[in-house]
Amino acid sequence: MLIELIPEIGHFALIIALLMAVVQAVMPLAGAATRRPLWMAYGQPMAMGQFVFIAIAYACLTASYMLDDFSVANVANNSNSLLPWYYKLSAVWGNHEGSVLLWSFMLAGWGFVASLFTGNLPRDMVARVMGVMGMVCVGFLLFILVTSNPFERLLPDMPHDGADLNPLLQDFGLIVHPPMLYMGYVGFSVVFAFAIAALMGGRLDAAWTRWARPWTNLAWAFLTVGIALGSWWAYYELGWGGWWFWDPVENASLLPWLTGTALVHSLAVTEKRGSFKSWTVLLAISTFSLSLMGTFLVRSGVLTSVHAFANDPARGFFILILLAITVTLSLLVFALRAPRVSHKVGFNWLSRDALLLINNIFLVIMTVTVLLGTVYPLILDSLGLGKISVGPPYFNALFVPLTVVMCIFMGLGSVTRWKSMAAGELTRKLWLAGVAALVIGLLMPLLYRGEWNLFVSLGIVAALWIVLPMVRDVFDKTRHASSFVAGVRKLSLAYWGMVLGHLGVAVTIVGVAVVSNYNIERNVRMSPGTTVEVAGYQFTMTELTERRGANFLADTAVLQVQRGDSGRRFTMRPEKRLYLATGMPMTQVALRPGLFRDLYVAMGENLGDGSWAMRVQYKPFVRWLWLGGLLMALGGVLAVLDKRYRRSVVTREAPNMANGSNGAREATV
Amino acid sequence: MTPKRKQKLFVILGIVSLAAIAVGLTLYALRSNINLFFSPVQIAQGDAPLERQIRAGGMVKEGSVARDPESLDVEFTVTDYVDDLQVYYSGILPDLFREGQGVVVVGELQADGRLYADKVLARHDENYMPPEVAQALEEAGYSPADYQAKAAEVGKRLDEEGVPQASEY
Repeated sequence: MLIELIPEIGHFALIIALLMAVVQAVMPLAGAATRRPLWMAYGQPMAMGQFVFIAIAYACLTASYMLDDFSVANVANNSNSLLPWYYKLSAVWGNHEGSVLLWSFMLAGWGFVASLFTGNLPRDMVARVMGVMGMVCVGFLLFILVTSNPFERLLPDMPHDGADLNPLLQDFGLIVHPPMLYMGYVGFSVVFAFAIAALMGGRLDAAWTRWARPWTNLAWAFLTVGIALGSWWAYYELGWGGWWFWDPVENASLLPWLTGTALVHSLAVTEKRGSFKSWTVLLAISTFSLSLMGTFLVRSGVLTSVHAFANDPARGFFILILLAITVTLSLLVFALRAPRVSHKVGFNWLSRDALLLINNIFLVIMTVTVLLGTVYPLILDSLGLGKISVGPPYFNALFVPLTVVMCIFMGLGSVTRWKSMAAGELTRKLWLAGVAALVIGLLMPLLYRGEWNLFVSLGIVAALWIVLPMVRDVFDKTRHASSFVAGVRKLSLAYWGMVLGHLGVAVTIVGVAVVSNYNIERNVRMSPGTTVEVAGYQFTMTELTERRGANFLADTAVLQVQRGDSGRRFTMRPEKRLYLATGMPMTQVALRPGLFRDLYVAMGENLGDGSWAMRVQYKPFVRWLWLGGLLMALGGVLAVLDKRYRRSVVTREAPNMANGSNGAREATV
Repeated sequence: MTPKRKQKLFVILGIVSLAAIAVGLTLYALRSNINLFFSPVQIAQGDAPLERQIRAGGMVKEGSVARDPESLDVEFTVTDYVDDLQVYYSGILPDLFREGQGVVVVGELQADGRLYADKVLARHDENYMPPEVAQALEEAGYSPADYQAKAAEVGKRLDEEGVPQASEY
């Protein structure tokens, strides 16, 4: 009997969470405005309660999936009794309603954790942060309850079995990609809440940045992993071997990443030097707004892509209103309060401050160009000026040169000192790295392929220009220690975070440059006995078989692969699957991964007469793309673990919690 | 001018010039990389430019898909049930490509009236008709009821026959 009630319990829990969010949005802010400690104290317990109740709702939906309760419309449309249990688990967020619920669950989770780690922040600040988080929660919970209720029933005519999960989504990549991405999107809400709270309270000080930085880094790391996973998923799941399509939905995740990256750097300046304060706040607002816009683009159905599942104008309209309210209100607060917190600090043109400013300008320009290419077709369409699409050449033509120029400043930035640095000293530090990067970069394509290639050279020069000065810097910094190991230990985790993050960028750049230029793709007609040679590998199709999986039937091709005449032989088995419940065909790629090259075989279509169209690809350095992403994310996490953030947690027990100015002074020491 | 003002001036000049470069590059890149959409009706009326990358779409006509037995060359007809467009493509067709289903092709229209596609995107839509095509037909003065009924009928019949059942394997 309880089983039948589960969706109702979930629905009810969501409503309770919404009410708690309303209280959280109103009371602490009202308390901060009227200086009533009791009202201010409402924030934390409400954040906790909200988290618990959304968790209950989420658990209820998951239970409905696991128990195959097809009276729930969401389950009936996206699951099937034949689906393996782990895909039932991930099917919960493989659809619109469930993914918005996951969004809100994570939002409440971040809010809850943030309420635990308030450090030695003044109480009114905590209250304001909680209030802003509460407002965001109200928006999303209303969105779920009004437009996308995951617990909607199909009663009394419930189907006997579900319509099945989209086969493209029945995959490990989907289990991990959306949660990571959402953790990133939602994580920026904490920074956003904090920025707005600081503006309201007029307290944009070092304590603020110290508190905001770990959250930003963490959210940014999640978003980086999410994007890398999405790219990896598209690579092996869509069967074309592409890893980035400049699809509007991909762009939607790249936009907050770009401003988020700018934010990470601008926060560094604000913490260390006390400048760029207003700019940092503006970036925090734009990053979260772009996260919301990404959700709008993906969820409203204005885009047609793999990601846009259900089209419902009401939803799009709701998110658009939410976005408009967020942007208007936060910019209003910014306009009213920002001038009061601005603070002038001078710096020289040859300094880390200046270089980070340039980095920020570049990242913002990139954001604007990607944004323009993404929304331009939508704007033209909504004005009735024709249906157009903006293709990858536009994005490549702008993004690639901008990235290359930015790399020049990246190489300089990581070794330059704050405030000012003598040009002579900088040249002494850098000339060797510059020459080495140029020589190696120009020669590499010749050695690797025997033929010069401008883009590969450019990529390698840029990557080395980022890495080599950092390597030298590490040696310089450890020179005076008793041993290299001792010196390395002395460097802070934040420093290593920076090194890893930049190394990750370099690795990704090498991957992009090499795989884009040296990728070999052959589309061929193959039947048993046919041999194709790609990049020195012989692919021989030996047989075509059929097999039955849990919920699909598959045509399998068996290919023997050998490098040259002497290399080791191995077998690759690409499949073409037909999912029974939906009747949807799906390409299952056969991959032979390697650090320096991937072999990629996908079955195209059955051409009759026993032969198949096959896509055989050689993809050098493709793994470096995602390896770089992981390194960047690892860098972000290392920076979060730095000692100086832990210190503020330890001092939380100190009795001066309510005393703002005291806490701020302590933090600036 | 005080040094601080001078610095500010440089920052502003730098931002303005960078923005100008970015806007210039952007407009240039946008102009040469926009693909306009045309339906078979519009192409038949001669609205579409020749030898420029465009997008076209409609339904794959039943029985029109012809594969070259030796290579991966394929020809098929895209229709909006008013006019037809002959499409030539060399390569692997997407999984969801099927006769009687919606398709969008990207490529260049040549003087022989055929569209040479670089890219074929199959799209499964509940109304069986890509929305761009439906809109183009409406603008050309065809009532939605006609072609939608026709498209849905063809689509449904093909769904019944066309989807390979478990027993066929």
